[in-house]
Amino acid sequence: MAEAAAHRPIHELTDAFRRGETTPTAATEGYLARIAARDADVGAYLSVTREEALAAASESDARYRAGRPRGPLDGAPITYKDLFCTRGVPTTAGSRILERFVPPYDATVVERLAAAGAVMLGKTNMDEFAMGSSTEHSGFHPTRNPWDLSRVPGGSSGGPAAAVAGGLAAGSLGTDTGGSIRQPAAFCGIVGVKPTYGRVSRYGAIAFASSLDHVGPFGLDVTDAALLLQAIAGRDPLDSTSIDAPVPDYVAGFAAGVEGLRLGVPDEYFIDGMDPEVERAVRAAVDVLRGLGASIERVSLPTTEHALATYYVIAPAEASSNLARYDGVKYGLRVPGARDLIDMASRTRGAGFGAEVKRRIMLGTYALSSGYYDAYYGKAQRVRTLVRRDFEAVFGRVDLVVAPTTPTVAFKHGEREDPLSMYLNDVFTIPASMAGLPAVSVPCGLNRIGLPIGLQLIGRTLDEPAVLRAAFAYEQATGWHRRRPPGA
Amino acid sequence: MISRQDVEHVARLSRLALSDADIEKMREQLAAILAHIDTLRALDTEQVEPTSHAVPMENVMREDEPRPSLPQEAMLANAPDRSADFFRVPRIIED
Repeated sequence: MAEAAAHRPIHELTDAFRRGETTPTAATEGYLARIAARDADVGAYLSVTREEALAAASESDARYRAGRPRGPLDGAPITYKDLFCTRGVPTTAGSRILERFVPPYDATVVERLAAAGAVMLGKTNMDEFAMGSSTEHSGFHPTRNPWDLSRVPGGSSGGPAAAVAGGLAAGSLGTDTGGSIRQPAAFCGIVGVKPTYGRVSRYGAIAFASSLDHVGPFGLDVTDAALLLQAIAGRDPLDSTSIDAPVPDYVAGFAAGVEGLRLGVPDEYFIDGMDPEVERAVRAAVDVLRGLGASIERVSLPTTEHALATYYVIAPAEASSNLARYDGVKYGLRVPGARDLIDMASRTRGAGFGAEVKRRIMLGTYALSSGYYDAYYGKAQRVRTLVRRDFEAVFGRVDLVVAPTTPTVAFKHGEREDPLSMYLNDVFTIPASMAGLPAVSVPCGLNRIGLPIGLQLIGRTLDEPAVLRAAFAYEQATGWHRRRPPGA
Repeated sequence: MISRQDVEHVARLSRLALSDADIEKMREQLAAILAHIDTLRALDTEQVEPTSHAVPMENVMREDEPRPSLPQEAMLANAPDRSADFFRVPRIIED
């Protein structure tokens, strides 16, 4: 595969399949060759499913030859964050405790993308159980940012994001609990979408914090992200939290542009200590959107400063419950030589979980324990209501909120050893997670040393159409999405 | 302020075997994180209802009809230890 083809958006690639200029097998072979040559540097993949990919690509070839491709994703070489269950393919959630786990079934989103003809290249790296903002907390190895290998790709979906940015997959799926799609998308200069809570099924996605976990796509541009979301969105009887609402045609909605859209710029998202280059890029992006016909006003989301603390009660509390199942009985690691059942579970969990996961289980268990429940968990759930009300008030006046995705660009490996300084990374992504609102991160520039900056657009519940339409209008007007990492 | 005894108690509840060094480091880190979380106390939430889910959820019902499920063998295939059709674990009940 020609080097340039590696960074071709899915919609262009599958157009080329339809025109007979190349084939799914040629594209898949090209990606597998790039992974073999380059992933040792990036570390995006935990497993590469070469045989399965070539078999799926060959079936896709036949559909194009017969003139009956299944749609715009048929033959697209993609990757999944390694917490989506894939039948017969190891699924680790980035944890040693699941090192030998081979799921007997596919996640609903995996099934849906396979039905759309997408080709799985393999499974990609993540912070263990999706707890982290740098992919340094993978139980296996860190992932590096294709724009600068000394820096992190963000997290927790760092593998799927770095794969797309580094030309090691044409698209990918991740999960976002407090920012784990949008923040790595910003750090890696690609598009990432966290849809409305419940818009996409989580059946078969290994749980972290169930009231906050969202599944969403990464793409090289907004069209790709929209096409992937289109294929995975919608009610799933196997996930009782999935919303039973029709899925609109996202790409068809792009034509409407942003003329007449009302955008709110929240004061609380421009704070002391944020990178001035990020602020400049985001304010310039707001000017671009104004120039395209949107109206801009200042708004206030006063609870923003408390969202982080609220999140670090609710997410660990839910995690402490969800991760109770890793006890060495039904799957995964078991440490031998235990005195009794409790000793077996304690030793297995002590050995199998990494430091960050243990910290969050401890924090969550503490927040839920007798005597502390009301002060921590109860309090956090009430503040969560305030976060939601802030957005409800603002969305009475504007259609979208426009803000930075992150306060800084990608930081260096090992730079944030202190847990709290790592958590502060998520300060602009957590509020939309708490409120379950759809949000996108779209590239909005490079800083003076060539690192990507992300623009975040947040919409009303189920208003992915407006979020994606504005992101598309912005990217078409600026072309930042066509910038690629040097040498990648 | 979270004490060493608190950390040991929570580790037991969490079924996490921690080394002595881990316990002290955990205590320091949890204390720092909890100090940040304690900033929430400044907010008056007396009259505020809690939110458990971002999108309001009602009971989701379906017909109670039997459907095929995964075979027993598939569910046992990942077990670290098994005996016939059972998960095997250390003895729980004394003789």
